[in-house]
Amino acid sequence: MNSMELLEKEITTIIKEIPYIGTLFETYGIRPQNDSVRLGQYLDTLTDEFYEDIGIDRSQLISNLVGFVALADQQPVFKVNSVTIIGGHDKSGKPEDKTITLHVGSITSIVGPTGSGKSRLLGDIEWLAQGDTPTGRSILINDAIPDTNLRFSLEHKLVAQLSQNMNFVMDASVGEFIAMHAESRMIKNVEQIVGEIIRQANLLAGEQFTNDTALTALSGGQSRALMIADTALLSTSPVVLIDEIENAGIDRKRALQLLVKNEKIILIATHDPILALMAEQRMVIKNGGIHKLITTTPQEKANLVALEELDAKMLALRNRLRSGEIIDNA
Amino acid sequence: MKLITVSGPPSSGKTSILLNAIKALLADNKKVGVVKFDCLSTDDDKLYAALGVPVRVGLSGNLCPDHYFVSNIDDCIEWGKESGLDFLLSESAGLCNRCSPHAKNVLAVCVIDNLMGINTPKKVGPMLKFADIVIISKGDIVSQAEREVFAFKVRQSNARAKIIHVNGITGQGAYELTSLFYDANETETLNGGTLRFSMPAALCSYCLGETKIGKDYQMGNIKKIKA
Repeated sequence: MNSMELLEKEITTIIKEIPYIGTLFETYGIRPQNDSVRLGQYLDTLTDEFYEDIGIDRSQLISNLVGFVALADQQPVFKVNSVTIIGGHDKSGKPEDKTITLHVGSITSIVGPTGSGKSRLLGDIEWLAQGDTPTGRSILINDAIPDTNLRFSLEHKLVAQLSQNMNFVMDASVGEFIAMHAESRMIKNVEQIVGEIIRQANLLAGEQFTNDTALTALSGGQSRALMIADTALLSTSPVVLIDEIENAGIDRKRALQLLVKNEKIILIATHDPILALMAEQRMVIKNGGIHKLITTTPQEKANLVALEELDAKMLALRNRLRSGEIIDNA
Repeated sequence: MKLITVSGPPSSGKTSILLNAIKALLADNKKVGVVKFDCLSTDDDKLYAALGVPVRVGLSGNLCPDHYFVSNIDDCIEWGKESGLDFLLSESAGLCNRCSPHAKNVLAVCVIDNLMGINTPKKVGPMLKFADIVIISKGDIVSQAEREVFAFKVRQSNARAKIIHVNGITGQGAYELTSLFYDANETETLNGGTLRFSMPAALCSYCLGETKIGKDYQMGNIKKIKA
C-alpha cells in the first residue's frame, strides 16, 4: 500500500485491516473523535503545534505508517536450511582452510578461551560476511550468496542469542510479555502461542509458573526455560547461540531437543562437558580462527551417558535438599 | 571529511560504542576526531584521548545543549578539517528526549538501550525518529525476546532507519557499524545547512535567569498544563 492509498482509507478500516496498527496510532496520539474519518483528512486537522509536540512532521509520520503497513504484509520469511561458513584467516593471517556447513536441527558446540574469537564468528554469521570483516570469512545461506540487504532486516535476523547473563527486565507478567512478543511478530493466534510457550517452558523448568507470574519474579532456571521455549517457538532467527546454560533448574537435554525440533541451527559456546558432548561436533576457536572441527566420537557419547548419570545424581540431591531432607547417603 | 552526529539519552552507551567504532576505523588507518558535547562536566574526552584521537569538549552549562550544539558545530567542522580528519564524530547527550540535533545530509545516529523500557522508543522525539541509524545497546543482559520486542518498537517509531545491535563492552557490532560510516556524506560546512526538525523551543523569562515562581514572573513562550 502506498501513502496515497493509506491516506484515502477510513481510520476504522485501517485498524480492522492491519493488525496492531491501532497501538501505533496511539503512540502518535492519533485519537479521532469520529472513527469514520479518512486518515488523510484527520492528519490535516492536526496543528503544527501538535506535530512539534510529538516530535515528528506530517510526511515522516506518513512514511512511518506506510513502513509499518509494509512490515505487516511482507511475504512469509524465507526458510533457512543451512548456513555455510567459508574460512578466512585467524588474527595472525593464517588461513582457516575450512568450509563448514551447519544444517537445521544440528547442534555444534564452540570451545576456546575468552577472547579467542567466538563473538567475531557469531558476528560474521549475523552480518552475512562476504570477505568484508576482519576475519575475511564468507557466509552462504542455503548454499548461495545471501542478499546483504538482509543485514538490517529485523525480520530476517539470523542469530538469536541466549546467555546465562541475560535476564528479563520488563515489568510485565509472563502472559502479557509473550503476547507482546507475538504482537511484534504480527502473529494472529496470540493466545494459542502464548499457551504453548508457557506449557513448553514448564516442561523444561524444575518449578512451575503460570501466565500471571511476573517476569522479573522467575528464578534463573525458569527464566532460561522461558527464554528457550520463546526462542524455539516465536523467534524468526534460524541460528540460536547458547552461551552456557546453568545446570540448575532446567532440563538442558530437553531444551536442546525443543530447539532441534523447531528446526534451529544450534551453536553452544560452553566448557561444560555435558553440554559440549551433547553436540554432534565441536568447533575449536584459537587466535581468532577456526582451529579444528571435531566430530563427537562414539567413546565421547558413551562418556556422556556416564556424565549424565552423575548429573542426575547431583540433581536428585539438590531436590532432596530443597524438600528439607537430610543427605545421609550421597 | 565525513561528519557523523551521534546522540542518545544519557548513559545509553554512546561513548562505549564510539570507542569501539573508532578502534575499527583506526585499524583501517583512518584519521578520526571527536567532539563531545555535554552539560555540566565530562571525563569522556580522556577515554577518547587514550585512543590517541584528537578530541574537543563543549559544555553547554545552563543553555539548552541542543541549541549550544547547533551554534558551535560549524566551528568544530573547521577544526576537524584543519586537523585533516577523515571522520569527525560529534557526540551529544539527549537530555529532554525532545532533542533534535540531526542536520540534513549529515549521517545521523541515535543510541538507545534495551534497559530503558518498552515505551521509550515512542517517548524519544526527533533524535530517534529522524535518525538514519539506530543503535540498540545493552542487548547482552536482556532476553532475546525483549531485544526483539524493543527493536520492533524502535521500528514503529522510525520505519526507515537501519537498526543495528552493538555491544559497547565487547564491541560486537561496532565493526559493522563503521561500514555504514563510510557511506556518510562529505561535510565541508554546515553554514547554510538545515536541521531535520526544529529544536526544543525555549524563550521565556526562566531562560533569561528568572528564579521567582508565579504568574507575574512567567513571560514569553509559556505553555500551561490542563490540570
